[in-house]
Amino acid sequence: MSIAEAADRARLATEEILASMESVPRGVVVDSPPGAGKSTLVVRAATELVRRGHRVMVIAQTNEQVDDLTDVLAGRLADHDGDLRAGRLYSESHRVGWRVERHQNVVSAKSAGELLDCRVVLSTAHKWATVTSDEQWAWAIVDEAYQMRSDLLLRVAGLFGKALFVGDPGQLDPFSVVEVDRWSGLSWDPTTSAVEVLLNHNDHVPVKRLPVSWRLPASAAPVVSEAFYPFNPFTAATSPQERRLEFGASAFGDNSVDRALELAARSGWALYELPRAHKPRTDREAVRACAALAARLLERAARTVSERSPDPLPVTPDRIAVGTAHRDQATAVRAALAELGAEGVTVDTANRLQGREFDVTIVLHPLSGRRDATAFHLEAGRLCVLTSRHRHACVVVARKGIPDLLDAHPSVEPVHLNVPVKFPDGWEAQQAIMAHLERHRVAAP
Amino acid sequence: MTTLTSLAKVEAIALDRAQLIRTVRHVHVSPRPLIFVPLQLAGEACAPLAAMVGDDRDHERLLIAYEPRDRTERFRFAAGLGEVILGYVDGYAAGDPGEGVPYPDAPQVWVPNAGGMKFAELLGRSTRFRRTEGPHPVPASVPLLGRWVTYLAERAQHPLSSLFLSATQALTAHWATGQSATEDQNLATLLAWIAPPPGQTGAQAALLAENPARCPPAGPVTDPDFDRDVLEGLIKAIVAARQSGDAAARERAQALMARELHSVLKPTWDLMWQAVDLLRSLPPGDHVAERWKTDRFSFTGYVRYLQEGGVPQARRDAAVDAARRLARLENEAQQLAAHMAYDDPLVMAEYRMTGDAFAGPVVRAEPDRLDETGKRARLRPWITVETTDDVLAELGADLRSPARPAQQARVIEVERAGERTRVTIELQSGMGRKLVPEPGSVPGLGDVVCYTTFKAEFQPPPKFPDREDTPWTHGGPPPEYVPRDEEAAEEWE
Repeated sequence: MSIAEAADRARLATEEILASMESVPRGVVVDSPPGAGKSTLVVRAATELVRRGHRVMVIAQTNEQVDDLTDVLAGRLADHDGDLRAGRLYSESHRVGWRVERHQNVVSAKSAGELLDCRVVLSTAHKWATVTSDEQWAWAIVDEAYQMRSDLLLRVAGLFGKALFVGDPGQLDPFSVVEVDRWSGLSWDPTTSAVEVLLNHNDHVPVKRLPVSWRLPASAAPVVSEAFYPFNPFTAATSPQERRLEFGASAFGDNSVDRALELAARSGWALYELPRAHKPRTDREAVRACAALAARLLERAARTVSERSPDPLPVTPDRIAVGTAHRDQATAVRAALAELGAEGVTVDTANRLQGREFDVTIVLHPLSGRRDATAFHLEAGRLCVLTSRHRHACVVVARKGIPDLLDAHPSVEPVHLNVPVKFPDGWEAQQAIMAHLERHRVAAP
Repeated sequence: MTTLTSLAKVEAIALDRAQLIRTVRHVHVSPRPLIFVPLQLAGEACAPLAAMVGDDRDHERLLIAYEPRDRTERFRFAAGLGEVILGYVDGYAAGDPGEGVPYPDAPQVWVPNAGGMKFAELLGRSTRFRRTEGPHPVPASVPLLGRWVTYLAERAQHPLSSLFLSATQALTAHWATGQSATEDQNLATLLAWIAPPPGQTGAQAALLAENPARCPPAGPVTDPDFDRDVLEGLIKAIVAARQSGDAAARERAQALMARELHSVLKPTWDLMWQAVDLLRSLPPGDHVAERWKTDRFSFTGYVRYLQEGGVPQARRDAAVDAARRLARLENEAQQLAAHMAYDDPLVMAEYRMTGDAFAGPVVRAEPDRLDETGKRARLRPWITVETTDDVLAELGADLRSPARPAQQARVIEVERAGERTRVTIELQSGMGRKLVPEPGSVPGLGDVVCYTTFKAEFQPPPKFPDREDTPWTHGGPPPEYVPRDEEAAEEWE
């Protein structure tokens, strides 16, 4: 598929969604695979609804996401009509970011009462939950709706009449710190996602889909699609020739780090495999390997060629991410990177990397060095987030033996009445990804 | 499992004895708990077979459903159990404590394991909707028992509550043994590891305790050999005697069954008291009494609710109720984590290992520092703590110290240099009203302090819509809950 074709398909899908919003009684759900233009859709839908004369509330999950959306939306509103204002509703503990403050047409306030003349107001779900208002908003746009817990939706749903829910069903499910199964099987189980509960009670709400991923390269889209979205496949917008990762400096001598990076540059994937061992979570060698790979990318002046720019662009530290399962692993990688003098590389857990995009990602495999595979480590969403943040290449760092570990720990989640079995389950998805990575293996010393 | 617990398990194996993983006790232990060891008939979801119950270790009460598949027998069993449990509970609900005041103490019920808790939950489900009149009348103690055991089972889901405890859960929260988490569910082997008899190692004692002939299972399921070799014959004899109208034969068979069940339950009964004693011997954490007070309030509230003719607990939560309950449970879980970390350096050590807390000496202190940027000068001391712990706290993070839990502190700077991290903290409250801190309210140079992001403070509950305002996304307002006739008449299964 060429970019023009992909753009056509995406545009058709978006237009169909926007058109359907005219006629739906209550709302629409839009499933979006990684990097399929979710934010673009949110911004387009908001502008379109404002243009039709509605007041719109935009609900995102984190302040970062709200600031990002406000930034893009403000730009678009200004192009459209200089008099339209967007409101940024924020809470006591948050400072509005510079990318919001720079816009003339954004009003920031701590209370919704001060934003009455804004046609569109953006805030986090938690902040919206504190708003008391007799006035109803005609439309709400809920971003990252699959990561929003249904009890939070319960707190904000009284504010709006109709809603557009946008989200990625393949990412991490919301969770609770308490383990209670008293609600499993109830259509309003408060620990499940907002979309799930909404669809349980409103089978007239249509579910639409965005068909192409702008982020994932041709080397990754089929792999991710097959492993995590087997029933709703998507394709990459770009062809293999349109994305290239190359190095400004060539390697000196022969070492496994360089070989892994070169393989990843060539094929989009690499599995940097450490010798088999059981290790604590912050496995020193694995952590160092993650840091070494990131640092080496910078040392070798990696650069990218893509549809964005015909001239090679340097892979700067902020275009690289290291993803982990646990926070202490992220801390350890940060410390290792600091030792190597590689500052500015994003290191975070899967939860925090959701919705973000980089040129190259280095993933510390959730099952690396483990003796057991718990539901947490098997969760399909976690691996999906980690393996779908990149535009060019993904290097997975793992101890040898993950397929054996998987075979020894089939998923044993209890089955409850009325709870649809999640598919693909994490075990299956893990196997699929490992089977693919097997072909891109570089043995570490 | 945390790294420290894993280490304790390794030590338990090396030293052949369970290791304490807590310095204090984190559950309340009543001076007069009620021990409840239920048994059910194998192959049935909730067919009570027998229970050993009581609040005096020398006077156990044995209740038996002689024909466990018979509906009348089940209700006779439930009525008997109801009398014991209600008698115990009523002992704590004497008089009127007055508005806004809880009863001086509350009941505390112990079962051997998670299975026992599940059994109580199902027992409550099977009995709380019954009626004392109408087509299938039951004694008044049956529905009341149902409401109380349901109340207890629901409280057991509250992280802060100690009203209803499982012995294996309470013990494994304080000791690490050399066996797996699944094996720890066996009360006999767990106690063998914690307190092996003289002359035996933990592993040896546990191996002996695994033999069901020596240590019958703590229920609610019984040993299959016992079912086949003993129980089946006894039940058959009782049924046959009833059918033939031979009262004497029936009495003989029942006496025999009582003797057999007593011998199956008595060892667990003794182990339960041993577990209570072991836990009681640990000093309580500082926050345990505070948590028990919330249990007393909750108990007082439920007594009053029943006095006012409250209906049995609904079969399931409506959307708003479910969300409210979840918010409450999550809030409690957070509070419990903070309480335990504040009360117990070994718990705090686990958080220090994951970077959620750090400890070290104060290497720089400006106790009299003033913030003069506002209209009036404010006392804002800075201290710098040097630590070798990992520090996850970011700039601006709100911290608390177990030594001064009410004092707000904010991270000003984090400098990392090799293994050491220096964290500069601004203290923002709890130093008195003057521009000089009250003595002892600011850590001095060289003091070893510990800071964490955990807060033990009470968080106000989030706002939810009223039930009648349940939005369309959650199916709209649910119908008002009224217990229905079908619920009172449904099969017990």
